[in-house]
Amino acid sequence: MEDMTQHITRDDIIDFIYQEARMLDEGRYDEWLSLWLESGIYWMPLDYKQSDPINATSLLYEDHFMLRLRVERLNGARTFSQKPKSRCHHVLQRPFVDVFEPLEGRFQTNTSVHYVETRLDEQILLALTVTHDLKIDDGKLKIAGKKVELLNSDAAFGNIQLLP
Amino acid sequence: MGHSDDIRALFQGYQVHRDVYISNDIYEFEMKHLFANTWVFLGHDSQTPNKGDYYTTQIGDQPVIMVRHTDDQIHVLLNRCPHKGTKIAIDRTGNTGKFFRCPYHAWSFKTDGCLLAIPLKKGYQDTGFENNQNTKGMTPVGAVKNYRGFIFARLNPEGVGFEEFFGDSLSTLDNMVDRAPEGRLEVAGPPLRYMHRCNWKMLLENQTDTCHPMVAHESSAGTAIKIFEEMGSPSPRPPAMQIIAPFMSPYEFFEGMGIRTWPNGHGHTGVNMSIHSDYDAIPGYFEAMCDAYGEEKAKTILDDNRHNTIYFPNIMAKGPLQQIRNFIPLAADKTLVESWVYRLVGAPDQLIAMSSMYNRMINAPTSIVGHDDLEMYERAQEGLRTNSSDWVNLQRLYGEDEDYSKEAVENGTTERQMRNQFDAWVKFMTYDMDKTTAEQT
Ligand SMILES: [Fe+2]
Repeated sequence: MEDMTQHITRDDIIDFIYQEARMLDEGRYDEWLSLWLESGIYWMPLDYKQSDPINATSLLYEDHFMLRLRVERLNGARTFSQKPKSRCHHVLQRPFVDVFEPLEGRFQTNTSVHYVETRLDEQILLALTVTHDLKIDDGKLKIAGKKVELLNSDAAFGNIQLLP
Repeated sequence: MGHSDDIRALFQGYQVHRDVYISNDIYEFEMKHLFANTWVFLGHDSQTPNKGDYYTTQIGDQPVIMVRHTDDQIHVLLNRCPHKGTKIAIDRTGNTGKFFRCPYHAWSFKTDGCLLAIPLKKGYQDTGFENNQNTKGMTPVGAVKNYRGFIFARLNPEGVGFEEFFGDSLSTLDNMVDRAPEGRLEVAGPPLRYMHRCNWKMLLENQTDTCHPMVAHESSAGTAIKIFEEMGSPSPRPPAMQIIAPFMSPYEFFEGMGIRTWPNGHGHTGVNMSIHSDYDAIPGYFEAMCDAYGEEKAKTILDDNRHNTIYFPNIMAKGPLQQIRNFIPLAADKTLVESWVYRLVGAPDQLIAMSSMYNRMINAPTSIVGHDDLEMYERAQEGLRTNSSDWVNLQRLYGEDEDYSKEAVENGTTERQMRNQFDAWVKFMTYDMDKTTAEQT
């Protein structure tokens, strides 16, 4: 990818969000991991409108080690809950670019998503609001943080095995 | 079915009949007898700190309201208007003020359940209404106990008392609360709610099943260790290495942890040490504990690193992490697992951060460790439909002379605690059974 620092547009930001979802849907997890800054955190709150991710339980609050662990586990020979594998599907509404500061290399988007995950005869549908914090690192857009809010975060769920 | 001998025949020393997991009839008997005769966990009193605060939950299949009355005591009422059956409170938590008011016909009740008022009451004059049992108000449960903030209740008015039922097993809850420099806990946010398509007792048994982690969790814990080593074992280690990696400990480790069983189905893993023993120290915490208790007692409290304590019938407590998991039966093949964490009042914030991290890494519907376990439970629930055998084996380190009415400490891989649970299961299933059957016939 060429150096984006000089002439980045809002469309570049939006394309990045769509591409990230496509990587997840196509199971291109190594590529997906390379989108992340090492310091990036994936947060999925448990409480509706939760403000503190650390001093109360979240569904996910994953550092790079945990994200890598998830991805490697999916392909493990003894990962019995992924025999057979789950599949997922994202439908995105066009992201809002809420912060666009190319000089600082700082961007934030807000995206409404319908997320479908399936395995065997089960299929779940989750309504999400996703906030991406993006930064430019070494000339490329990277994910500095991703917050995934479930519309029904306080509901009881069975397994959610992949990463919305 | 329904006579105590039929129930007794389901548990034979080292094996249990598959019907205890898959039969709808047995499940109905559990709701009617087991969950009525035992002390069942409801919640923590910090969930309802003010007068009129309530929390809706259930005992077995009975919807109840836990509410703080005007005398500051916690009362537990069946969540039903005596008039037409309408549920009085629907939201999980709220404040009702000085009284409950049924939204259907405005009958109102004090927060101890007593009938307060009925609109247009003259319509009941000379109808014999006052002799009707249902006009007494909202029905309270048989007995309630607030033990150091934890609320337990027994549906039946008659039965084994709280202290006798739990006995020395209360030492785990004591340790959990004693770990707070101020000697009390506060609930920290809502629980994780994880739906399991399996029988509730599978979850209960898994809590002291020390021969499964290195097998079922190899995908999570084994992969974590592999990645960590590929990274050159950096220091400080990532949080996942503290929390998930110990699941890969060898059989000898779990043997050495030890298991203790108490009468009435209670017991715990981690008598000598546990997978919770090797956590990083949190700055300022030991000092705060020494200030509160003196160094010697602080050390005694913190050296107790019990793993999982079963409070029969359906919760597990982790003292070192201030956590309770509630295995709520919804059907023979459906269980809702609610996992709570509590803040140690007076301790640094890093303690609740650690408990919250453990909770999401291990107990969430998004947890890889949770996925490992649920896969096994659901496969068992389906596999038990096969007619090749009626029996599930619980024979590891079984001795024919086992006496579950006595406390015992044994090798950490024994399945004695599972047998202990079924011994209590039979006892409390049949506790009032012959009596009720006799009344019916
Ligand atoms: Fe497990």
